[in-house]
Amino acid sequence: MMKRWMVVFMVLCMTLFLWGCGKSNNAGGETSVLDGGAGESATELSYWTFVELHGQHFEKMLGKWNTENPDRQIKLNVTVMPYDDMHNKLSIAVQSGTGAPDIADIELGKFPDFLAGTPQLEPLNDVIDPYRDTIVKSRIDLYSKEDVNYGIPTHVGASVAFYNTEILEEAGVNYQDIVTWEDFKQAGIQVYEKTGKYMGTADTSAAWQASMLLAQQGADLTDDAGKPIVNSEPMVKAMTLLKDLQDSHVIATIAGGQPDTEEAYGEFNAGNYATAFMPLWQMSRYTNYMSDLSGKIAIAPIPVIEEGMPRSVGGGGTGTVVTKTAKDVQLAKDFLAFAKLSLDANKEIWNTLGFDPVNMDVWDMKDVTHNAENQFVKYFVNNPFDVLNEIRDEIRLIKSTSASPTINNVLCTTTFNEIFEDGKDITEALNDAQKQIEQELK
Amino acid sequence: MIKKFLYSQKVAPYVFVLPFILVFLVFWVFPLGSSFSMSFQKTQLGQEADWVGLANYGKLMGDGIFLKAVTNSAIYMVLTLLILIPFPMLFAVLINNKFMWGREFFKSSFFFPALTSVVVAGTIFRLMFGEMEGSLINSILGWFGIDPVKFLKGQVTGFIALVALATWRWTGVNMLYFLSGLKNIPGEYYEAASIDGASAFQKFTKITMPLLKPTTIYVLTISIYAGLAMFIESMMLWNGNNSPKNIGLTIVGYLYRQGIEKNNLGYAAAVGIVLLAITMIINLTQLKLSGMFKKED
Repeated sequence: MMKRWMVVFMVLCMTLFLWGCGKSNNAGGETSVLDGGAGESATELSYWTFVELHGQHFEKMLGKWNTENPDRQIKLNVTVMPYDDMHNKLSIAVQSGTGAPDIADIELGKFPDFLAGTPQLEPLNDVIDPYRDTIVKSRIDLYSKEDVNYGIPTHVGASVAFYNTEILEEAGVNYQDIVTWEDFKQAGIQVYEKTGKYMGTADTSAAWQASMLLAQQGADLTDDAGKPIVNSEPMVKAMTLLKDLQDSHVIATIAGGQPDTEEAYGEFNAGNYATAFMPLWQMSRYTNYMSDLSGKIAIAPIPVIEEGMPRSVGGGGTGTVVTKTAKDVQLAKDFLAFAKLSLDANKEIWNTLGFDPVNMDVWDMKDVTHNAENQFVKYFVNNPFDVLNEIRDEIRLIKSTSASPTINNVLCTTTFNEIFEDGKDITEALNDAQKQIEQELK
Repeated sequence: MIKKFLYSQKVAPYVFVLPFILVFLVFWVFPLGSSFSMSFQKTQLGQEADWVGLANYGKLMGDGIFLKAVTNSAIYMVLTLLILIPFPMLFAVLINNKFMWGREFFKSSFFFPALTSVVVAGTIFRLMFGEMEGSLINSILGWFGIDPVKFLKGQVTGFIALVALATWRWTGVNMLYFLSGLKNIPGEYYEAASIDGASAFQKFTKITMPLLKPTTIYVLTISIYAGLAMFIESMMLWNGNNSPKNIGLTIVGYLYRQGIEKNNLGYAAAVGIVLLAITMIINLTQLKLSGMFKKED
């Protein structure tokens, strides 16, 4: 009796297991078709992304496109896949010339890999040209090779500080008084003594903080020729500063390794860390994943080493591309420019995604930026654009070169862990990183 | 004509093995050959390949990360051999014992983990071994007053998680191999030994272990291969191929990183050939030493 029951159970398990294997569809991700009110004759374009929210933005813009272009209507087939997975599949698909989508999002950190050799992406200069004067040039340059533009940017990604005012008030700290890192350190010591909580994070799996500190010193991770210089003096200075903060219990490592991870959302939501230094798009992470902090988070410029240094750096980014194998290249390009570069698109990028749009004119449109109905305006203590406009001329850039993916990989898997988790000597860790990067780029 | 052909004693066997031979040639010999030639090229998908001679292998020699990957795979293999051969053998003997209570229950519950997908299991283990206070393992440690451990950030603790996952998943499979081996040992041997006054331990070492040797060698061979070729477990446990300080990077993980993530297929092919060489050397030595190449007596 027992045996028969077991056999049935086993068979059931096997079936479930096999069913699980067979269920996956074309690219293995979650697929949904957006029709945006398109008619029967609409062209179906496929779009891959690694951020579910990006699809929401396209959905809005698709409706507008289909109304304005009744003879060139589009249905968008959106596939969302995890970050690594999507980039790996896309890389193989575009290089081998089969299976690639018409439109795809490529994250800045992976973009140089797609520009290696002869890029298998469509040049977008002609559709960018009409908008070129309205958008931040450096954001387009990120996705370009030899003056050919291959990707359309999504945001500026200005880095800011997100302060948890509840914790700071408990410790008697006013975030508006924090100007330099020394101020931040003193405030942090006070917070740790009064509340036992950490002022901020020591990031081990992302280079946001390193980029900010390098940009303040006018330095970069690569030299003018694009060669890695991760053991430069400014980098040693940046790491020494962070390490000192860690030793004073001002910052501490966080589960997940940096603020933009699932584990860290939980830590922040539970009020264990008071500050995150992140690009502005981290706002959408707060509204989506840290609902307990609503009404408690204030946005401010990042502290500087010395007063007068630039207070922000563009961080992260997504370049949307059209592949060489797209069904209707011109249609895809026109739609992309419309959906990401037009004035309407830039307003929606703020409304839907909470990103700082690349058309900086939008930053001055009070009716858009200070709309009391906007979920981001409601969530945060102060209006992000008040801060953005204050630092708008101070937003620096860390170059993206063909060495960047390797640099990021080494720093974010090995070096930062060695420094902040193992307490390895900073100069030694950075020298090792430089050696490793050079070896890998050989 | 066809009938004559099929009934021919000379031809028929070949017809029957043809499907296997074809699959073997197309999906095994051909890829192996092309990997071999690719390992002497600098090649990227969709672009012309250049012959670079031994440059890829030369680069491998000085590649610290590759060395790290080889070390990781080797340690993982040794640890899994140390755990996944003696313990399943012991469990198989216990379960094979007629006086054992709940044999079928234990048999199926040991085997059950093998049916779950590695992806699910890896994800669950990642959460269990999370570094937060509330993760399963850390809350258990908390009961004994031990501070939370950042399991997946340290070399030793990371391997504890990795080997725990492997043990949980493969104990049952290896146990089944041993069970089937045990079924082939005639009961008379044990009866005779009992009459001669042998203890249970003597019976285990003098009858069970020698007669299980073919099974043990088989399990050893596939475990060596599986240990060196491990990839998904590590990928799932660290939620990607980039573990902190590469503590979980395996040889296949490095092959994947170079070939798929960095589109450097020539270099990845060289990694693959080295892996093949290592596996072959270890396994052939092991088979030779255990006398598997000797003619049957």
